[in-house]
Amino acid sequence: MTKKNDITALDEVAGNGLLSRRLLLRGGVAMAGAASTLVATHGASAEPLKEPEWSRYQGTTVEAMGRRTKHEKDTARILTNPKGEPRTQHARTPHHLLNGQITPNHLHFTILHNGIPDIDPEQHKLVIHGMVKQPIVLSMDRLMRYPMVTRQTFIECGGNSAALFSNEPVQANLQSLHGLVSNAEWTGVPLSAVLDEVGIDPKAKWMLVEGADTAAITRSVPLKKALDDAILVLFQNGERLMAEQGYPVRLLLPGWEGNMNIKYVRRIKIVDQPALTYYEARNYSPLLPDAKAYRFFFVNEVKSFITHPSFGMKLNEPGYYEISGIAYSGAGRIERVQVTADGGRTWADAAVQGPTMHKAFTRFTIPWRWNGQPAVLSSRAVDDGGNIQPTRDEFVRERGVTQKPVTNPFGFPNQHYNSLTSWGINAKGEISHVYA
Amino acid sequence: MSMLEKISFAACITVALSTGAMADDKNGLGSKVGLGQPITEADIKPWDITILPDGTNLPAGSGTAALGAKLFSEKGCIACHGEGGTGGSNGAVITDIPLAGRGIEATKTIKNFWSNPTTVFDFIRRAMPWNAPRTLSDDEVYALTAFILEGNKLIPPGTVMDAKSLPQVKMPNKDGFIIKFPDRI
Repeated sequence: MTKKNDITALDEVAGNGLLSRRLLLRGGVAMAGAASTLVATHGASAEPLKEPEWSRYQGTTVEAMGRRTKHEKDTARILTNPKGEPRTQHARTPHHLLNGQITPNHLHFTILHNGIPDIDPEQHKLVIHGMVKQPIVLSMDRLMRYPMVTRQTFIECGGNSAALFSNEPVQANLQSLHGLVSNAEWTGVPLSAVLDEVGIDPKAKWMLVEGADTAAITRSVPLKKALDDAILVLFQNGERLMAEQGYPVRLLLPGWEGNMNIKYVRRIKIVDQPALTYYEARNYSPLLPDAKAYRFFFVNEVKSFITHPSFGMKLNEPGYYEISGIAYSGAGRIERVQVTADGGRTWADAAVQGPTMHKAFTRFTIPWRWNGQPAVLSSRAVDDGGNIQPTRDEFVRERGVTQKPVTNPFGFPNQHYNSLTSWGINAKGEISHVYA
Repeated sequence: MSMLEKISFAACITVALSTGAMADDKNGLGSKVGLGQPITEADIKPWDITILPDGTNLPAGSGTAALGAKLFSEKGCIACHGEGGTGGSNGAVITDIPLAGRGIEATKTIKNFWSNPTTVFDFIRRAMPWNAPRTLSDDEVYALTAFILEGNKLIPPGTVMDAKSLPQVKMPNKDGFIIKFPDRI
């Protein structure tokens, strides 16, 4: 090992052991960590190697649908209503068990208010009408013939992270707190290509988009967004949409509140005013401390959180760890992510995984040497529009907190939380949720 | 550029200008895809259920709270909204809980929060009863809407709700909202 790969005090870029992200580029950082701490800690040599059982016999038969190893069976979503009782069902993504930037289809978060409809694609129809020259109806067969685009984007429920409106930090894991956001590669028809052919009345300003689900969920969407980057999505990470994601066709509004990304789209009506449907008039009009409320909180604003390490994990020994997390902004591209290990006293730039994409997950990492003492980890992101993830103080001042601690991590005391998430690590290496 | 090339180049420009397709020809197809099948608004009517705040699209028919109260019991509404709509697992639809003074934990109710009476009609017709949405007649939806608005003292007793009277109902919190992203509209 060359001397330049050894971690020295000079490589510390911020308090409590945050190391230069340049170590990642230089290579050998894990080895350096092992050399400087792990070997010193353990001393004893490893056992002699033996041929394992599973290497000596033929394995099981390959199936038409690939299957996950049984050793990863705990990598699953948390359900709030597993028996499908007559109320909303939520399934949250286990970000603490995943890595990279794409959420696998069977682990993508979903919320259904009346269960998953079983829609026959051969009979499903999409109608576009209202303030147009010529109303049209499209079969899925026809829709599939339009020119398609592919892009990565996250979808986030307006109620994601709502437990962080609690005045005291809710002790729950990352999946419970931030599991209502996921990121996928979506393929479909730009909505503008379809709207092109109906001839929109210049006086129209909004469209009402309605699903074929039991509750016929409807949201009002400004035409400005519809003609900008909206997509009628047909494919999710390369395969046809999951039934729970809106098969056979879903509206994708990159970066905008999850509930507006209407599933099972069957009707788009061009109009001159918003409808103020149930979900926009009630749920997604977040209350402010003075009893006023925000209306049309479309954008999921710049946000980040650390996935590794996070609540419920344990650091078994001091030494080298990689801090890793997810950053995203509904207003653009992630430009910078900073990490602190001392509760916000000092910050260092994390390495950002490129190429970064607009309104999509960006993975960030930074090397860290834990000295075995208490530490508080947190991250803050900045997007290319200069929007900075607000500190907890800034956020609470504007948006408020509960007067009593929140006891149910799956409840929704408010909507659209995008402030910091902090993990407190004690001398035993145990991790709790803290406010810093 | 040869003479032949010049002629065909000019011809291209002429075609592009005459169809007006040049500026927005994002897909290189030269014109709109045009796979949509024409349909009339009359044929769309059975799906065209959204009510706008100014009353646009409210159907014919009418109802009063007296019939609404009866339907509220008969149609199973009480299972989720309680006896008389005053409680239950999915919240009261008739209640006097205030919005102010409770910070962000205030319970948003029809009376203290909803800005438009049309939302009540739209949501009942669209999504209720939970286990059998879009089975109520328009008269029944007007009656249930009247029951909720009258129970909340938002209309005088006995007021008939119809396409004309419903959009006129004054909601107390109509001006309680701040548009978060006006430049995105």
